[in-house]
Amino acid sequence: MAITEENPGYKWVGTRPVRPDGVEKVTGKARFGADLILPGMLHGKVVRSPHAHARIVSIDTSAAESMEGVKAVITGADFPDLAANGAHPSEIDVANNTIARDKVLYEGHVVAAVAAITREQAEAAAKAVTVTYEVLPHVLTVDEAMADDAPLLHDAMITKGVDPAPEEPSNIASKILHERGDLDQGFGEADSVVEREFTTKPVHQGYIEPHAAVADANTDGRAHIWCSSQGHFQMRAYTATVLGVSPGTLKVTAAEIGGGFGGKTVIYLEPLAVRLSQRAGRPVKLVMDRDEVFRATGPTSGTRIKVKMGVSKDGKITAAEVWMAYEAGAYAGSPVGAAGMTAIACYDIPNFVVEGYDVVCNKPRVAAYRAPGAPMAAFAVESVLDELARNIEMDPIDIRLANAAVEGTQASYGPKFPRIGFVETLEAIKEHPNYTADLGPNQGRGVAAGFWFNAGMMSSATVHINENGTATVVTGSPDIGGSRQSMALMAAEELGIPYESIKPVVADTETVGFNDVTGGSRVTLATGAAVVDACRLIVEDLRGRAAKTWDVEVDQVEWVDGQAQHVDGAQPPLSLNDLAAKSGRTGGPISANASLNSRGVGAGFSTQLCDVEVDPETGVTKVVRYLTAQDAGRAISPDYVEGQMQGGVVQGIGWALNEEYIHDTEGVMENPSFLDYRIPVASDLPMIDCAIVEVPNPAHPYGVRGVGEVGIVPPMAAVGNAIHDAVDVRMTELPMSPIKVLEALNENDG
Amino acid sequence: MPRTHITTVINGDETEFLTEDSTSLLNALRDEVGLTGAKEGCGTGDCGACSILVDDRVNCACLMFAPEADGTVIVTVEGLADSGELHPLQQCFLEGAALQCGICTPGFLMAAKALLDKNPDPTETEIRYALAGNLCRCTGYDKIIRAVQEAAREMRGQ
Repeated sequence: MAITEENPGYKWVGTRPVRPDGVEKVTGKARFGADLILPGMLHGKVVRSPHAHARIVSIDTSAAESMEGVKAVITGADFPDLAANGAHPSEIDVANNTIARDKVLYEGHVVAAVAAITREQAEAAAKAVTVTYEVLPHVLTVDEAMADDAPLLHDAMITKGVDPAPEEPSNIASKILHERGDLDQGFGEADSVVEREFTTKPVHQGYIEPHAAVADANTDGRAHIWCSSQGHFQMRAYTATVLGVSPGTLKVTAAEIGGGFGGKTVIYLEPLAVRLSQRAGRPVKLVMDRDEVFRATGPTSGTRIKVKMGVSKDGKITAAEVWMAYEAGAYAGSPVGAAGMTAIACYDIPNFVVEGYDVVCNKPRVAAYRAPGAPMAAFAVESVLDELARNIEMDPIDIRLANAAVEGTQASYGPKFPRIGFVETLEAIKEHPNYTADLGPNQGRGVAAGFWFNAGMMSSATVHINENGTATVVTGSPDIGGSRQSMALMAAEELGIPYESIKPVVADTETVGFNDVTGGSRVTLATGAAVVDACRLIVEDLRGRAAKTWDVEVDQVEWVDGQAQHVDGAQPPLSLNDLAAKSGRTGGPISANASLNSRGVGAGFSTQLCDVEVDPETGVTKVVRYLTAQDAGRAISPDYVEGQMQGGVVQGIGWALNEEYIHDTEGVMENPSFLDYRIPVASDLPMIDCAIVEVPNPAHPYGVRGVGEVGIVPPMAAVGNAIHDAVDVRMTELPMSPIKVLEALNENDG
Repeated sequence: MPRTHITTVINGDETEFLTEDSTSLLNALRDEVGLTGAKEGCGTGDCGACSILVDDRVNCACLMFAPEADGTVIVTVEGLADSGELHPLQQCFLEGAALQCGICTPGFLMAAKALLDKNPDPTETEIRYALAGNLCRCTGYDKIIRAVQEAAREMRGQ
């Protein structure tokens, strides 16, 4: 483990205790989205479009309604017409993606939903809903969607970000552009120039828990929703919008969440469950099947990306030109914006143009997926950089060091970087024994790097001191990967009491202040900062109570190791336990709230080293060794920092080698199962070696940057560069499946 | 619709329930018996989140019809701890941080128990292949494999 700055003697931060919610999760007691069973609860089932693009001519629900056990059937007509109400276009998109009104825009688009007493009755009723469609021509890729005479998904879509605005509608929702310097001059100064074109396919977040929601509506217009969500406040807001009600009428309780990776920051089932519950007068549970998860949720974009870069003999990048088109799926909102900002953000490049397009097509609407947009761009840029390093015979770490962004570098997307740890991740790789480990026949080694902003956003926390001096730490950030432990470790450090004396709780929307989603690697940073703020208010309160007890000024009291101490030792210390027991006599219960809009994010960098073995007979690539170095800022909870690093890498390996959406010519997904959409399994992989780098973020009390996302940015290029090193073929299409590697090998031989 | 009466031993207790013939054992366990520890990740036997032991063999509960359970002895994750004492696998998963979201954990624990019951000293490769039917999207498997290795050591008394 490479620590670049001294750990200032923390007692709890940086340790590896057992997670607070662990026992419930290894004994089967933890309740996830589908685990709630309420008295009288009905089972729901959703009816989905079999067509990629069609106009809904009519929906006949009469047969379904008359079936045994059926209590409610709803269609788009059961929801307010937000377009007619003048809602914001993004709200209209959310509503129309939840349930189609006039047109279906992808196979799997919801058109109706039913609720019945048993699961079997609901399934039968869903099949009995008769929908008449007028099938329309469809477009499945950015190339089809951007063609001159392409059929349009949205008749009024005028490309944003183009001046003057186009007069004709198209499938291009927006254009982004970042420019600096003079491209011609930059390429003129280069000693080697490489230009390549890359394509990637849509891939799914692949959380193991399908979406699930239970709603219990009351006759007074209020409703309670339990759902698997990365952000139940966000869920409440979206659901209220789609239902046309005030958010305050909805109470949302976050179930334990079985993975999300960005894909559970959006709504699918919640408004449907509420409306069904209202119609039926009973609680309703909706749970997706796996094939529904694939057909209608997530994924992230398929892309086409062109990269041209030049370097001088000493390894300096003189110019970079990037063109990218990202599939948004059915509605505007691909992550091309973030892709454009991250594509070359690792490097200090004097001359560049980065141009990107957000393109709608007849596939499910994309959702956030771990560092949204960045991995595909990094695959392209880091592959080209690898080729440039080879051309000028420079070490792949050294060429990155020669161009690395450091404190003060003007980032390609605008601001100047504060203190960042990219160089330290590069050095951590170079110093690790894996960098010089022997390679066998048909084995190769690849390096790649990645950048992600990390988010801040809004969080709230409440800390209660119990009567025995233990503490309850309440936040509204669903714990998707161990964040309760981070909250408890920071609270223990602040209050000076044992980690085991802290109970971290994820509360519902009525029990704690607003929290933005668990996403953007932000919870330990922003919700953690709210917890620290609340704990500091508690300590201030405790000092005041001790001063009152001793009849001294508050500045005579220090808080040390969980007890109030008189600065001169004139009084015996008062422990938190003592103060809590007497709280009734010193002002009442001890409790504090803190809410904040994050004071400063800390950019994250990761550099990774991949060793592969390629079977030249079959084209199968096996990852034989893997090392990831990532700047965590401060690893509050090193076990779960490593977990994020390892998990991100392995998702990236799946993206690199196996995973892709496959659609037939009619726009129907052909592989909507874990059998045919193959995510990595244990036998595919080696151990994933981790080097945690700690360059503290100056804007966080413990230096946290956030660790969830950047780990998925480098793997595809690291694997591709390793394949090149092993068998001398440059892979430019994902996934780098055996057939594609074999074709590339055969082309080389030919 | 007529329902079938099923008698089984679940986690050591004789348990009876009624089920439709087309209901999966997983749905019967979750909806009729009230044991929601086994999870449905796919319903097609591809993810292993519903792994349980049926007559000492690891099975995907989603791939069995509930009536097939008649007369069998079933162990689910809820039955893994012994009188409140965690099984070494559970303890090692906790201490080794071998879970993040935790949805796959019940299935991994049962599949790992089935492995260690038969092979108390598996190699890393044997563990990886024995658990290849269980998907985890969070951990990259590293800490899961290490936790199973550690539990195996403890169960061998090392």
